Amino acid sequence: MNQTAPALGKDLIGLEPLSREQILAILDTAEPFKEISERRIKKVPVLRGKTIVNLFFEASTRTRVSFEFAENRLSADTVNISAAQSSVSKGETLVDTARNLEAMRIDMVVMRHGSSGAARFLAERIPSNVINAGDGSHEHPTQGLLDMLTIRDHMGRIEGLKVCIVGDVLHSRVARSNIFGLLKLGAQVAVCGPPTLVPRGFRSLGVEVFTRVEDAIEWADVLNILRLQLERMEAGYVPSLREYNRVWGISRARLERAPRDILVLHPGPMNRGVEIDSDVADGPQSVILNQVTNGVAVRMAVLYLLAGGQPERAEAAKQGGEA
Amino acid sequence: MSARILFRGGRVVDPSQKLDGVHDVLVVDGKVAQVGKDMAVPEDARVLECAGLVVTPGLIDVHVHLREPGGEHKETIASGARAAAAGGFTAVCAMPNTEPPIDDPAAVGFVAAEGRRAGAARVYPVGCISAGRKGERLALVGEMVEAGAVAITDDGSPVMNSGLMRLALLYAQAFDIPVADHPEDLGLSGKGHMNAGLVATRLGLPGKPNAAEDIHIVRDLLLA
Repeated sequence: MNQTAPALGKDLIGLEPLSREQILAILDTAEPFKEISERRIKKVPVLRGKTIVNLFFEASTRTRVSFEFAENRLSADTVNISAAQSSVSKGETLVDTARNLEAMRIDMVVMRHGSSGAARFLAERIPSNVINAGDGSHEHPTQGLLDMLTIRDHMGRIEGLKVCIVGDVLHSRVARSNIFGLLKLGAQVAVCGPPTLVPRGFRSLGVEVFTRVEDAIEWADVLNILRLQLERMEAGYVPSLREYNRVWGISRARLERAPRDILVLHPGPMNRGVEIDSDVADGPQSVILNQVTNGVAVRMAVLYLLAGGQPERAEAAKQGGEA
Repeated sequence: MSARILFRGGRVVDPSQKLDGVHDVLVVDGKVAQVGKDMAVPEDARVLECAGLVVTPGLIDVHVHLREPGGEHKETIASGARAAAAGGFTAVCAMPNTEPPIDDPAAVGFVAAEGRRAGAARVYPVGCISAGRKGERLALVGEMVEAGAVAITDDGSPVMNSGLMRLALLYAQAFDIPVADHPEDLGLSGKGHMNAGLVATRLGLPGKPNAAEDIHIVRDLLLA
């Protein structure tokens, strides 16, 4: 058999370390996997015999369930551990938790952790493949990938598009993964929000910074609207959720003043009436649920590629061929 | 028929026009139409003899305390606006350290409306930096600006929390308004009654060292 270099390395920590070709390989591999979720029997033997641990130190519903579906539909065996019920709550360190899991012979760890850098820390210490499902304010690579897949589905391309990320960019791992990934694929990227949450220093990452959301809407082809967490108000970054909505919330009236139809994304969970109004979230420009659907396909693609699969063999792998 | 007023023979001072000398000023329909020496009196013009008086553009006081609401026994918005006009000031910026403080859009709207009602000097409301002037959390800056606030300050009290001051300076950028400072490090000024120095020493009164102000200004310059 023709041995080619693996499409990805051992781990998926973020989009910043990936090349444009690696990102495109993941998106292209996700395409044939989309169809599996549309079948009546949603299961293929791509990862049969692989053991995957979903290790979630932070609350998550969407991402955890999406990974679980992706793993199950590829026939992997999975175990879910959340911090509250694990020995972490008894004071065990991250490395000890991981080594104990390793000792039971696992193949992959999907980890969400509150500290930036936790995914790389783990990846350097265990031989299993590590997939970052969100580390602090650093990266959330599979979210960035599913956002890009959704944009490509609806706009036909990513290169040359103007994508603006609106909201709490400062604390957002979704924003960082979007910025790194979209720039590599040739999009123009901007960020917009109150200067307390969107410092001008983000310009050094190669993005434009807007303070007025009207300017962002005037400029953009795509808006990716971030959740404004209640804690940000409590910490004083914005005076109130109502004021945030009045000044930076995306409403139908604001979108109607745009010179073009803007595609609207949101990584969820939404605060309706804060960063996004219901008439936008449920409106014709919203692809928020398409993002969720694509999330499963993108995560299947990442699992498959990290397990050693080749992008061009994905179709065959679905039929029961070797990964 | 246009209304003409000739201000004759006053000392006209207007640095923006590099003017300081005895001139005549002709005002037509409320606007300065002509400034000159020994101007002929236009037909129907009302003449105000200004010899020995100073004639200036309307002055603006960016820091006044109108004390309303809560301190009406000292001053009201109407009395302050009238006093300003009587003293040559056509516009004033009202500080928000009232009781309750001007820290939300309704309060800003009240100051603006009372100012209009007074019909004297224009009254520009200034809102608080922090909710309740407590120095803990940002006030509703965006909504206050929408309601007519022209600046923010916690005047009367410093913003002691440097983190909050940084957020306020950043947040104000979004609305293109100035942030006004009350530079005083309370840890240094403490219970002082007067400037620290010889007089305070002689009188046996607790003093406030200059550093109380300087340190705060340096901090805010570093943050700005």
